[in-house]
Amino acid sequence: MAHVETGRTRDPKKGLTEPAPVRWLLTATALGFLFIFLALPLAAVFTEAFRLGWDAYLTAISEPDAMSALTLTLTAAAIAVPANLLFGVAAAWAIGKFQFRGKQLLITLIDLPFAVSPVISGMVFVLLFGRQGYLGSWLIEHDIRIVFAIPGIVLATIFVSFPFVAREIIPVMEATGSQEEEAARVLGAGGFQTFFRVTLPNIKWGLLYGVILCNARAMGEFGAVSVVSGHIRGLTNTLPLHVEILYNEYQFQAAFAVASILAFLALVTLVLKTIVEYRTRRSLEPVGEAGS
Amino acid sequence: MARTRRPSVLPGFRLTVGFTLFYLCLIVLVPLVTLPARAATMGWSAIWQTVSDPRVVASYKLSVGAALIAAGVNAVFGLIVAWVLARYQFPGKRIIDAFIDLPFALPTAVAGITLTTLYAPNGWLGAPLERLGFKVAFTPLGITIALVFIGLPFVVRTLQPVIEDLDVEIEEAATSLGASRSYVLTRIILPYLYPAWLTGFALAFARAVGEYGSVVFISGNMPMRTEIAPLLIITKLEQYDYAGATAIAVVMLLISFTLLLTVNALQGWSSRKLAH
Repeated sequence: MAHVETGRTRDPKKGLTEPAPVRWLLTATALGFLFIFLALPLAAVFTEAFRLGWDAYLTAISEPDAMSALTLTLTAAAIAVPANLLFGVAAAWAIGKFQFRGKQLLITLIDLPFAVSPVISGMVFVLLFGRQGYLGSWLIEHDIRIVFAIPGIVLATIFVSFPFVAREIIPVMEATGSQEEEAARVLGAGGFQTFFRVTLPNIKWGLLYGVILCNARAMGEFGAVSVVSGHIRGLTNTLPLHVEILYNEYQFQAAFAVASILAFLALVTLVLKTIVEYRTRRSLEPVGEAGS
Repeated sequence: MARTRRPSVLPGFRLTVGFTLFYLCLIVLVPLVTLPARAATMGWSAIWQTVSDPRVVASYKLSVGAALIAAGVNAVFGLIVAWVLARYQFPGKRIIDAFIDLPFALPTAVAGITLTTLYAPNGWLGAPLERLGFKVAFTPLGITIALVFIGLPFVVRTLQPVIEDLDVEIEEAATSLGASRSYVLTRIILPYLYPAWLTGFALAFARAVGEYGSVVFISGNMPMRTEIAPLLIITKLEQYDYAGATAIAVVMLLISFTLLLTVNALQGWSSRKLAH
C-alpha cells in the first residue's frame, strides 16, 4: 500500500496523459503523415529544380518570359495588397468601433471570396467584361481590354485575396474596444492622429499577419488568374501560369526552377508568419499584471 | 443604418462603412451576382439540360466524392496532428508547427506539378506504390491525395487552439474519480472537440470541392473518369459555351454557399459550447 502511495505523489500527472507507447504511436503517425504530405513535396520541388545543375536553373529563371511573368506577379500583388489593406482597415474600423444593424451579415459577405471556387472567381469577370459579357460590347466600342489582359488579372487577384487583411484585424479591433480611441478624442486628438497613434499600435501585428497571407495568396493564385489571363506569353502570364505552360510543354526542369521561386516565397511567408505569431503572443501577455 | 447605431465620439463611421460597402460591391458582390443573373436568363430547363449531362454529373460526383474522402482523411490525421502538437513535447516541434501552413502558402500550381511528379509511376512515391499495385497519378486516388494536401491545415488549425485551451481540471477530476484514460479521451475530451472538429472538416471539404490548381496536373482530366467540375467549367469557357459554364458554375456556387452557411452555424455552435 505504502508503495502505491509514494508512486502517486512522485508522479501527480499520472493518468493525465496517454501511456508512453500510445504517445509514441500518435507522434509517429502525425510525423509520418506530415513527412509524406508536406516534407516530401517541398523536397521534390527543389530536387527537380536543380536536377540539371545550377546553370540550367539560372537559365530557366532568367529567361525573358520568366522575368515578365515575375514582373506581372509582383505588379498584381503590388496593387492587390494595398487595395485590400485599405479595405481591411476601413471595414475593421466600421465593424470594430461602431454598433450597427447588419454587422454580422457584412462579416459573412467579406468572407465570400473564400467560399467560391477559384475558377468561378475568374469566370465572373469573364461574364462581366468578356466579349459576350454584360459590359463586353461597350468595352469593345471604347477599345478597353480587361479580360485576357492585365486589368483582368489584377481584378481576379484582388478578388481572391480580398478577405485576408479584414478578417485578421476585425477580431483584434473588436477585442480592443474603443475606449482608448475615445479617450484620445476627448483629449483633443484628431481622427487620423487617433488612428495612427492609438489604433495602429494595437492592431499592427494582426495587420502584418493579414498582409503576409494576402500577399502569399495574391502571388500564388492560379485558378482565377488562369481563367482571365488568356495565357498570352510574355504579356498576361504570372509566375504560376508560367509554371503550368512550361510543365505542359514537358520542360519539367524549367517548370520546377520557376516553381522553386514560388516555393521559396512560400517558405519566406511561413517564416514571417511564425515571427509575427510569436510577437503577437508576446504583446498579448499581461505586463506587470498579477492574476490574469 | 446610421440611425440605429449608438452615438459615438469616434469619427469616420460614414466614411468607413461607405467605403467598405462600395469596395465590397465593386470587387465581390457585383461580379458574383452576374453568375446567378446570367443563369436566370437561361431558365431552369436549359440549366437542367446542361447539369444533367452524364459528363457533368460524373464531374460533380468526382469533385464532391474526392473532397469528402480527402476531408475525412484530414479529419482523422488532423486530429492526431493537432493533439500531438498541443499536448506532447518533442524536438523540432516549433518548426513542424510552422510547416503545417505550407499548403496555404504554396501556390496550388506548384503543389499540383510536385504531387504529380512524386506520384507518377517513376516518382519517389509513385514507383513503390505501383509495385504494390496502386496507381495514383491520373486516377481519382491522385485527385484525393492532392485534396488532402490542400485541406491539411484546416482541421489542425481549428482543433489546435481548442485542445490547448482545454481545462485540465476536468481531466484531473475525472481521473481522480477513477475514470480510465481512454474513458476520459472518448467520453469527455472528444465530445468537447466535436464542433471544432466538424468545422475543420467542413472547411477542408469546402476548399476541396472547388479546388482546381493542385488537381488538374495529377488528375489526367479524362472525361467521365478523372474530370473535376471546375475543369469542365474552364473547358466550356474555352469553347465560348458561356451558358454551359454558367449552368455548371451556378450549381457549384450553391454547394459552396450551403457549406459556408453550415460552417457559420457550426462556428456559432462551437463558440456557444466553449463559452461555458
